[in-house]
Amino acid sequence: MKALLPLLLMSAASAQAAPVVMPDQSQLKVPGVQAVPQFVPPAESAIPDNAFGQMVREGHALFVDTRRLMPDAVGNGMNCSNCHLDQGRMAHSAPLWGAYPMYPAYRKKNDKVNTFAERIQGCFQFSMNGRPPAAESRQMTALSVYSYWLSTQAPTGVEIAGRGYPEVPQPAAGYDFKRGQQVYSEQCAICHGKEGEGQKVAGEYVMPPLWGKDSYNWGAGMHRINTAASFIKYNMPLGRPGSLSDQQAWDVAAWINRHERPQDPRLVQGSIEKTRLKFHANDGVNLYGQKVDGVLIGQGSGS
Amino acid sequence: MNHLSRVAISSLLFVAWPLAHAADGQAIFNKGGANPAAMACMGCHGPDGKGIAAAGFPRLAGLPAGYLAKQLHDFRQGSRKQAVMEPLAKALDDAEIEAVSSYLAQLPSDAVPDLRRQQIATDPTARLALYGDWSRQVPGCVQCHGPGGSGVGEHFPPLAHQPAAYLVAQLQAWRDGSRSNDPNQLMVGVAKALSESEIQAVANYFAQPAAQEATP
Repeated sequence: MKALLPLLLMSAASAQAAPVVMPDQSQLKVPGVQAVPQFVPPAESAIPDNAFGQMVREGHALFVDTRRLMPDAVGNGMNCSNCHLDQGRMAHSAPLWGAYPMYPAYRKKNDKVNTFAERIQGCFQFSMNGRPPAAESRQMTALSVYSYWLSTQAPTGVEIAGRGYPEVPQPAAGYDFKRGQQVYSEQCAICHGKEGEGQKVAGEYVMPPLWGKDSYNWGAGMHRINTAASFIKYNMPLGRPGSLSDQQAWDVAAWINRHERPQDPRLVQGSIEKTRLKFHANDGVNLYGQKVDGVLIGQGSGS
Repeated sequence: MNHLSRVAISSLLFVAWPLAHAADGQAIFNKGGANPAAMACMGCHGPDGKGIAAAGFPRLAGLPAGYLAKQLHDFRQGSRKQAVMEPLAKALDDAEIEAVSSYLAQLPSDAVPDLRRQQIATDPTARLALYGDWSRQVPGCVQCHGPGGSGVGEHFPPLAHQPAAYLVAQLQAWRDGSRSNDPNQLMVGVAKALSESEIQAVANYFAQPAAQEATP
């Protein structure tokens, strides 16, 4: 029951009459956009010139060049900084300074209290479709140290303004794939490619793929249309956040997330339906295990 | 594509080819187009197409054909204004634009340093180039133009090995509206957010690409 409470709060906040359960994956909530972010992470020039500072730099390098520096842990074409803009510093872009001080925390996603390292491991398993580094590994320490440093002087256990992606309420008329496709081709394809394939230079992605085998998998938070809409609304197109309407953000998020991507690594007994029931039926707005235009979504693409 | 359709398409091309205007990209580059007003590219852009840095004439060699063709069409149509290039582009026909763009795209260009984003930038110019300034919603240049300014796809041209004076002139042109042909107005906002000294500094940064791959 305790776990349900924030879900109820979330739905109340969105004030939507639609029969959509919008659970956050955890007890954590995201303050609305009306709360103006005040927190300023420390400047790069403030990194101390010592062993700690060295770990901050290492963590930063892993964060912005994850795919290249952690090939064993990343199974697709993504970097941490693809979903956490400005090196994890930007408000409304799930900044690290909004996340680190909230852990340890209970997460419904795995039904236990997670340390911050376990939370990052979740990113590697789902958003990066990879194999998480061990909690006590140097790489995990570096990523935690970078997050901790960015959170310097942030209060712990406070849902600080600017954390997460602000919720974008589902439009009363729902969403529309066709409109989403149009938004995509006008606003997104120039960087992410006509088929969501991203763009590479010398074999490495510069613009991340949004679907297909090198994108986030069916277990990633971004596969929820509501989460993708929130990210898109407040972060995309790059350099022009807030330029899409709520409706456009939902439409294009639905278009992106109706495409195949790597299978949910939690696949239950090889069954999409069992996986849907266990992990997706009550996880925001998503298309996993449903039929769209007669085609079952969630079959996975490549690996 | 199966074998049969490939054959079919090649024979179609074979039949159609003599009907099309057979423009020679290399000839246009070296000697100019059919219309004498379309002067030879190499006169200003250098015999190797790598530009004349001292004069601020840009590098064309190795730029994406789609990007080059779009610029020539935009000079013709007025969304990119430049006193020399406008009449010149108007003197080229569509087939000539295609041909010279394809020729330029395959000309060799200098290697771009594999400069990654993984160092913490303490120098403000490097920070702007690599990470941008999100308090002004300015993305880092390399986030769209690729590592070291290598260029990405046909919409994001290389910045590396372009003369600083050319890059400065483009940023100024977006600011003053004489260049407005950027897809989705991606550059206008960036250019308007930058100060004059930042424009100079960031142009120099890409004109003289540092050779080092930074280690964290």
